[in-house]
Amino acid sequence: MDKIVVDNLTLQYTDGTESLRGVSMTIPANAITVLFGPAGGGKSSLLRCINRLNDLADVKTVSGRVLLDGVNILDPATDVVALRRKVGMVFARPVVLPFTIRGNITYGLELMGIHEAARLDEAVEQSLRLAALWDEVHERLEDPAIALSGGQQQRLCLARSLALQPEVILLDEPTSGLDPISTGKVEAALQELKKDYTIVLVPHSVQQAGRTADFAAFLLQGELVEFGVGKDLFTRPSDQRTEDYVTGRFG
Amino acid sequence: MSGPASRTTAPESNAGRSFRAGSVQRRLVQRIGFGVLSLTALATVVPITMVVGYIVQQGGSAVSWEFLSGLPRDGMRQGGILPAIVGTFLLTLGTAVFSVPLGVAAAVYLAEYAQENTLTRLIRVAIINLAGIPSVVYGLFGLGLFVLFLRFGTSILSASLTLSIMTLPVIISAAEEALRAVPQSFRTVSVSLGGTRWQTIWRIVLPQAVPGILTGVILGLERAAGETAPILFTGAAFFLPRLPNSPLDATMALPYHLFVISTQVPGMPVQIQYGTALVLIVFVLSMNLAATVIRSRARARRQW
Amino acid sequence: MKDPDGKSTLGDRAPEAGRRFNWGEAIITRLIQLSGYSAIVFVGLIFLFLVRQGAPALFETPLAELFGTRWYPIEGYFGVLPLLTGSLIVTVGAMAIAVPLGIGTAMFISEIAPRWVREILKPLVELLGGLPSVVLGFLGILVLSPYLRLFLDLPTGLTALAGSILLGGIALPTIVSIAEDALDAVPRAYRDAALAVGATPWQTMWGVTLPAARSGVLTAVLLGMGRAVGETMAVMMVTGNAPVLAVRLSSIVSPVRTMTATIAAEMGEVASGSPHYHVLFFIGMLLFVISLVVNVIASAVVFRQRSRSERILS
Repeated sequence: MDKIVVDNLTLQYTDGTESLRGVSMTIPANAITVLFGPAGGGKSSLLRCINRLNDLADVKTVSGRVLLDGVNILDPATDVVALRRKVGMVFARPVVLPFTIRGNITYGLELMGIHEAARLDEAVEQSLRLAALWDEVHERLEDPAIALSGGQQQRLCLARSLALQPEVILLDEPTSGLDPISTGKVEAALQELKKDYTIVLVPHSVQQAGRTADFAAFLLQGELVEFGVGKDLFTRPSDQRTEDYVTGRFG
Repeated sequence: MSGPASRTTAPESNAGRSFRAGSVQRRLVQRIGFGVLSLTALATVVPITMVVGYIVQQGGSAVSWEFLSGLPRDGMRQGGILPAIVGTFLLTLGTAVFSVPLGVAAAVYLAEYAQENTLTRLIRVAIINLAGIPSVVYGLFGLGLFVLFLRFGTSILSASLTLSIMTLPVIISAAEEALRAVPQSFRTVSVSLGGTRWQTIWRIVLPQAVPGILTGVILGLERAAGETAPILFTGAAFFLPRLPNSPLDATMALPYHLFVISTQVPGMPVQIQYGTALVLIVFVLSMNLAATVIRSRARARRQW
Repeated sequence: MKDPDGKSTLGDRAPEAGRRFNWGEAIITRLIQLSGYSAIVFVGLIFLFLVRQGAPALFETPLAELFGTRWYPIEGYFGVLPLLTGSLIVTVGAMAIAVPLGIGTAMFISEIAPRWVREILKPLVELLGGLPSVVLGFLGILVLSPYLRLFLDLPTGLTALAGSILLGGIALPTIVSIAEDALDAVPRAYRDAALAVGATPWQTMWGVTLPAARSGVLTAVLLGMGRAVGETMAVMMVTGNAPVLAVRLSSIVSPVRTMTATIAAEMGEVASGSPHYHVLFFIGMLLFVISLVVNVIASAVVFRQRSRSERILS
């Protein structure tokens, strides 16, 4: 049930910017867990710990544990490549790789050494359907991905992660640059996906947090203020700071 | 400099008058200044075009099929310059074989792997120094290391190795710049999809940087193709009226041949000298043109 | 690269899986790292080989004679001063031509020229940079020096002046392109601020833009100078190759001989291992040290300027 356990996680960057202080929480499987709070609160840092993408940043110190299926992924011996295939990620700005639409999706699979056309074709269709993009693009899979609209690009990025058949999907403000209709499509796709995946979402607004959260965590200046079932957190927050933020008094 | 001039317009009483008077004077100064600078630019550019134009005009009549495809005869006073053309081509190719893989790999190291530390700074200082070492000193070094110490003799191999070390800093700098221009987000995405660092470089970063790298490579090789001093003691032959058989043969080369026939051979027909100069600048400038075309086409096509 | 079924890649087997997978990666990483260090290795090797062959000169030739004023290798006089002064006078002359022209052209390209003019000028200057120096030397012999002889009424046109003119042309593209980059890098806001307080574009150029870009311009001049000092073929062809001490003003219109030309002209004829051979490598060492100093200063100027502006901005 508890897919991910964050245990007393502390993180500091070398330039002393965003950091986490003693964060502990559990992220359940088959649900959307939302990490929200004002900018600089540590949402993205936490998210990037779950697939060790922080390895690319200038991290000064990390302590504590992040358990995925009971295994501490912060252990230096972790096979980060396998981890990142298991934990997919979608970024704030849709970054399509400079390939075709199809090439974007097969990229991760080819990195794994899968080259059979039939398997790739199947993965392309399956993941595009999951990301609710198949109907819009299936006739032009060989077009450059850059030609898609912003909303389509972001769903392509989602499909690209899904093609690796991950167990966890991390989304860092995936709809921040999108119009309301595209945002709706992405959110709808997520609601479908949560039946099979563990989803961790950093929303781009409190409204989106409220709409999508099964569980929610409120992070403020690197500390976890409150964690609970989404509905409760947004309607009856137990901490004054959460209430202030949710009702729009700051942030 | 702008301070005093603008302050003269400040007093309110005669603001209008002094403003106009100052403005006229200042505009005159500016017009003269701009004129002088324009002349300066002309003084830079006109000789360049004159040099190229003059060689084309003088050498054009010397260039014939026989000149390009024939062997030199009669102490180089007649016949063609084929061995020199082939020699310069082989030297350029040989330089590319050594300097491109090494230079691009070094650029990958600097752009993708290196931390900002003392060692990296040392590498950068070394590259800057390599770029500044006089070409004749490269010739001395090539003589010491390749010709004598490694016993490659005066050969295409020795000359190519010497030229490739000379070319290395140009290729490294251009390639590093091209690699750094590839958006960081591509790397992050690739890594998040389970790509290793090398997979990311090989499948995304390098292909995207190819036009920039190629431009730098060609400009570096262009310099190598036109150099004389580094090959003087390492691989250039004064007169060798046949084509080289192996990398261990010495060879004639266009720049050295031009030097020889314009200073060392008495009674050399001036036609042949201009013809050789023309072939050399066409060889070199066509590389320059290729680099420009690649650069502008890549810029038009780029997706980021 | 095979990935076992997703579930088992983590956990106890993860380290082994990781290590097996990364073999190729580790080898490639190491190769790239070694290539990265290659520049240091080559600089070291070059210095080593120069010293190996050049240092014996210090023992074979008395120091007073080595830095003496007579260079007659056939009679065993190896005084490098004439060559040093020859290089110096030709370089100074070249800079007197190339610095004003180069900076002026850079300012014209970056501050005044309309776009289409720039699009023509920049490739043309680049083209000059691509012209082999031997071609310039060739024209120097055939065209430039006869003119000089005629106009200045000299016994020969093959003089330091001819060398300076060619070297000026060779240093020009370096100066123009680096100085232009430096001018281009001056933030738009500086210019706008100057224009807004009533300065003319002309005043802005001299009072704001050029001073703001001064370290880049200085670097341009230094690197252009480095190219001039190190240039070989063109100077060898047109300076007349007379190893006389060039310390009088009239030396500029007399034949001289530079260090680079001496190496290029004489190395082919000396016996390997002879005192003459060692002295030529010693001159190579001097050239290496000169270019090292010039380049280290040039890059230090850039580094210092950068850290200063960072301090101002942060």
